Amino acid sequence: MGKTYAGVSVNVNEEGYLTDLNQWTKEIATEMAAEEELELSDDHWKVFDYLQEQQRNEVSLSIRKVGKSGVVSIKEFYALFPKGPLKISSKLAGIPKPASCI
Amino acid sequence: MENKDNKPIKKMMLILSKATLDNVYACFILANGARMEGIESEIFFTFFGLEAVHKKKLENLHIATVGNPAMHMPTMLGGLPGMEAFATKMMKNEMEKLDIPPVGEFLEILSASGSKLWACKLAMEMFHYEKSDLIDEIEDVITVGDFYEKAKGDGTHLMFI
Repeated sequence: MGKTYAGVSVNVNEEGYLTDLNQWTKEIATEMAAEEELELSDDHWKVFDYLQEQQRNEVSLSIRKVGKSGVVSIKEFYALFPKGPLKISSKLAGIPKPASCI
Repeated sequence: MENKDNKPIKKMMLILSKATLDNVYACFILANGARMEGIESEIFFTFFGLEAVHKKKLENLHIATVGNPAMHMPTMLGGLPGMEAFATKMMKNEMEKLDIPPVGEFLEILSASGSKLWACKLAMEMFHYEKSDLIDEIEDVITVGDFYEKAKGDGTHLMFI
């Protein structure tokens, strides 16, 4: 599936997640954030950096791991992405939706 | 497959009445999983479920090896000394591999996620527990009526474990 963000056509799956992290740009994340009614702060970008790094290292993600990362606490993570911290942050970071239940 | 008449779940109200490790984890994972989806969640700890939030007991919960057909173990064998501790240790090892936290840490995660934890007043009196016996993350000791009051609203689901 193709979708246009910030004037660029990207490939997304049926849930709107980018299928190729290499297509990700900050402009795309900003437009996706607007769809989620989020205004991005420095802390949001720090989370995206962390998630992308984990994805590149093929580490599976969980709320617990993010909480232990030193990037944000679990409480802060929920405050940044109230509608679903792990799934929405992953979407905006351009990585696949984590299949974690934790 | 999308049905526009399907109303979303807005809040999960879980009642934990047991303290066997499998039940406690099922409850915590459901409550945490709700928060991860942006759904509110609250847990009412009652009867033996109170052990899961009792400071001195929560890290010593076991799975049942007796009267548990899914263990596929003869009941008499399951009753041998140390068998429950052994089975529990095995299960905890497997859970750590899956990044499932120990009970105490899981409660901290739930609290940080905004899940609300309540203790049942009647069960507290029955077991002669004080609020100070329970973890600090417990919001309050409440009655069943209070709990139903908190369950009010469209899209709330109740679950008994």
